[in-house]
Formats: sequence, structure tokens, C-alpha cells
Amino acid sequence: MITLTHFLVVSACIFCIGLYTVLSKKNAIMILVGIELMINAAILNFVAFGKYDKVSYGGQIFALFAIVLAAAAVAVGLALVLNVYRHYKTINPDEIKELKDK
Amino acid sequence: MEIILFYAFAVLAIGSALLLVNLKNIARALFLFFIVLFAMAGLYLFALADFVAITQIMVYVGGVLILMLFAFMLSNKELLKDLQDSSGSFLSMPRWQAVVLAIGFLILMIFGITEWHQSIPTWIQQAKENNTEIIPTDNNIQQIGLRFMTFYVLPFEVISVFLMMALIGASHLSRKERNR
Repeated sequence: MITLTHFLVVSACIFCIGLYTVLSKKNAIMILVGIELMINAAILNFVAFGKYDKVSYGGQIFALFAIVLAAAAVAVGLALVLNVYRHYKTINPDEIKELKDK
Repeated sequence: MEIILFYAFAVLAIGSALLLVNLKNIARALFLFFIVLFAMAGLYLFALADFVAITQIMVYVGGVLILMLFAFMLSNKELLKDLQDSSGSFLSMPRWQAVVLAIGFLILMIFGITEWHQSIPTWIQQAKENNTEIIPTDNNIQQIGLRFMTFYVLPFEVISVFLMMALIGASHLSRKERNR
């Protein structure tokens, strides 16, 4: 029997791996991957709780909304990454320090 | 049988996510991300959310991952440097502050889960007692479609407009500027 706790522990592990990716990577694309991992962990929680909500299907429908929001965030984020690369010739967030044009 | 499959998917997801973090080669890391997403879709199936699992595969694997691969290939100066660096060493050097923070947060969350397990919310208790959980023979997709078009119609329309705005903004940002 798979209980709610199983889902919660798995999604806690995935969330912490995503957090570690965001904190330790030096590449903007890998940071986006870390954010996606964290969003996936949250979606797993929504779905696991949504199993007990047959009246309004709140968990599953909010999970679908979260997937759409993540897709929109990635589209805009990657466009920004490409623009930053065109300007600075690097996508390491540590080296991007100035806002004005040179 | 069911629980063995669940553990297999969970180990696949967590293991390839850990490997993803430690790989230096970004192309391989992105393909491992693909495996993580598939395993997560498998886990959604165990929570009886078949439509969410299919949407995950279509949106993430079909859209997000391809987009990431494109962005990665368009900014590939870093890629060549990384490929040359990682020929000798398999694992990159972990930053210990990030490790400490992530493990601390994991411990905090596990502690929260065990504490929370003592007192399950009443609506979950009620659903268990009245047998109103979602069961495998339910027609989930039809029910979700009905809810989208009746109870959740306003959020649905708002998020449609939002998605269109985001995509127009992304294509505007990534367009080549002519007069510069």
C-alpha cells in the first residue's frame, strides 16, 4: 500500500536536489533545470494530495496550472539567457554584474 | 508488485537527479533531466493522475527540454570548455555551503513530514472514511474536463491569456535587433 508519506518523502528529496542545483551550479541553464526540479516536486505533492479530493479535483487541476506556468517561465527565461549570452558572451551568473550597456 | 514499481520509479528519479547534479557535461545532464521527468510522470500515475502524467510528458519532454537543448547549443562556448575540463574527472567539486543548506532543508522537511503524520487533516480522514477517494476505475479525464469548463473556467481563461502573453514576450525577446 502506497501512503501519502511515500510521496512526501520522494518529493522532499527531489526538492532538495533542485535546491542544491540552484545554489551550486555556475551555468544559467542548469539553474533553470534546478528550478524545474523544484516545481516538479511541488507538482508531485499536489497530485498526491489531490487523490483524496474527488469533489473538485483541486490537486490535479492545480498541478496542470503549475505545469503551464513552468513552461511559460522556461520560455521567457531561456530567451533572457540567450540575450545575456549575446551581450556578455557568458552565462555564468557570477560574472554578470552590470546592468548598463558598455 | 505496486510498491516495488513505486520504489523503482522513486529510485530512478532520485538517482538520476543526483547524477544530474554531479555531472559536469551539460548535454548529458540535460538528457538525465529527461529521465527524471519521465520517472516523475510515472510517479504521478501512482497517485492516479493519468492526465497530469501525459501532460507532463507532452509539455516537458516535448517543449521544455527541446527548448533547453536549443538554448544550450546556441550558447556553446561554455560547452566546449566543459567538455575539455571533464575528460579527466567524473564528478565536479561540490560547493560545501550548498550541500549544507540542501541537507539541512531536507532534514527540516523530513522532520516536518514525521510530525505532520501524527495528525492527518480532517478532510483526508473524511475522504478515507466515506470512501470518496479517487479510485483506479474512475474516468479522470472526463471529470477534469467537466471541472475545467464549469468550476474552474475563470482560472482556465486567465492562464490561457497568460501563456499567450509569455510566449509573445519570449519571441519578442529572442528576436534579432536590426537597428543597432
